[in-house]
Amino acid sequence: MNAPRLSIEALSAVSSRDGDRPILRSVSLAVGVGEVHGVVGESGAGKSTIAKAILGIMPSQMRITGGLIEFEGVDLLSLPANGLRALLGRDIALVPQDPSTALNPARLIGSQMTDGLRLKRGLSAREARLRARVLLEEVQIREPDRVLNCYPHQLSGGMRQRVLIAAAFGLEPKLVIADEPTTALDVTVQKQILRLIRSLQECHGTSVLFVSHDLGVVAKICDRLTVMYMGKVLEQGSTMDVLATPKHAYTKALLAASPRYDRPDTGLEPTPPQVVAALRAEIAAFDASQMAETQHG
Amino acid sequence: MADDLLVARRLVVSYAQSRSRFGRNKVAPTVLHGIDINIGKGETVGIVGESGSGKTTLGRALLGLVKPTAGSVVFDGSDITALDEFSRRPLRRRMQMIFQDPMSSLNPRHTIGRILIEPIMLHGLAARRPEALALVHGILDRVGLIRSTVGRYSYELSGGQRQRVGIARAVVLQPDFVLADEIVSGLDVSTQAQVLRLLKELTSEMHLALAFISHDLSVIRSICQRVVVMHDGRVVEEGPCERVFASPTADYTRLLIDAIPLPTVDPGWLTRGASVEVAGTA
Repeated sequence: MNAPRLSIEALSAVSSRDGDRPILRSVSLAVGVGEVHGVVGESGAGKSTIAKAILGIMPSQMRITGGLIEFEGVDLLSLPANGLRALLGRDIALVPQDPSTALNPARLIGSQMTDGLRLKRGLSAREARLRARVLLEEVQIREPDRVLNCYPHQLSGGMRQRVLIAAAFGLEPKLVIADEPTTALDVTVQKQILRLIRSLQECHGTSVLFVSHDLGVVAKICDRLTVMYMGKVLEQGSTMDVLATPKHAYTKALLAASPRYDRPDTGLEPTPPQVVAALRAEIAAFDASQMAETQHG
Repeated sequence: MADDLLVARRLVVSYAQSRSRFGRNKVAPTVLHGIDINIGKGETVGIVGESGSGKTTLGRALLGLVKPTAGSVVFDGSDITALDEFSRRPLRRRMQMIFQDPMSSLNPRHTIGRILIEPIMLHGLAARRPEALALVHGILDRVGLIRSTVGRYSYELSGGQRQRVGIARAVVLQPDFVLADEIVSGLDVSTQAQVLRLLKELTSEMHLALAFISHDLSVIRSICQRVVVMHDGRVVEEGPCERVFASPTADYTRLLIDAIPLPTVDPGWLTRGASVEVAGTA
């Protein structure tokens, strides 16, 4: 296999709010060129924390305590702020979770979309405007000129998410980080947005780190999966392997808890207490081993 | 049907007509365009639709929380749209609601004990507080919360625990009908499974009629007997879950079912139905 585009190795982080509680426990994952890599887990799994760590936007109470994040061989964690800023937008872009808060309500869509094109690609105002128009057409917005002259509140949630996807992919980044990009949307709109992300990704050979709590969504869009629980990676593999033949009891429990319209008699299975106990033990054993390591080192 | 508990006929709900700043009348937008719906005693009915379909407004109208512009809602023989507030009061205990977001529906300044005891006293299910507290202990046991929860505040509980309190608050009053509006949409899948399982058990134990509003057809399929599909303020399809999921008659139902991502690898799924793009850009 070629060198991965993004490689995270043994990334650990703590939250100083409750006495340096670990929030990432030696996470390793790699996103290949042109690959969509899903990070799944329930709340508290640390999946969004990974996205924030890559983008250098960790909240102040969180601190990285070890590990590496390499983007095309460049260590993002030791990069100075202006070095990271040069990469963001140009090589690494974000599709945020909530399209209603990610856009500035007081600025026209057109001016927000052209910012990146002018700053990161050096286009003139006129060129950027024309490019933004093409990008909106690419995300199947029918009246791009009208939308460019709209404020965010004049658009539906699905339209706003299309604008954000167009803006993210428009700079032709090498890596897109999508943090629960369809959670706020209706299912029919979600399907359109997923289709759009996949087709843009295939078209441009973009790598995507796709963060989601929804096993169904990642099943449809990801090539590979990382299953997380309390900041620890429990299972990694191709989407097919993880979903069809899950190895970790927690992955099995998540699948058993998910209701499925095609199998009404299955699903809604509560996580067996022994699985919960084993998970806690696994986390505790990991923390103890880390503790021992720091004391010896 | 003889054993109908709740029957809505030709239900129309419009927002109140308002005047714009320039004195012109704005058109009152109609949210429900003549809905007919029956819910039998002890029957669980799923109401599904996307945002703006009117499913929440329908739920509120069924409970008499929204005054319909036209049409009727008959609960166990009495037309609640025709009753005044005073005559409606005895029915209130029998029609309960579980809210979407228990964080905002439970008063953060009241203990869980107070939140559960007050309605019991108000509806006269217990003459004295100790009796009410005994009922509260019983229901906490049933929904899987420890009894000391009575001394806690809502913000001290997890999302799943708060939703159990929401369920306890509704069912402790021994209602005949419960409306649950998107009650699991903010929960993790393992917590969601527990809450849904609990609700399913309670409805069959207590012979409760349930209207379960959700955007998630998989959730509805797992706990409801019948499903009502709404789109733009109209019922586009209605029937037993088994039939609707196996052979939907409305195009919109088909579209909704096809849009549910199941947790299985299916390479053709993303492009299937590509021609059915939703029109309009607003």
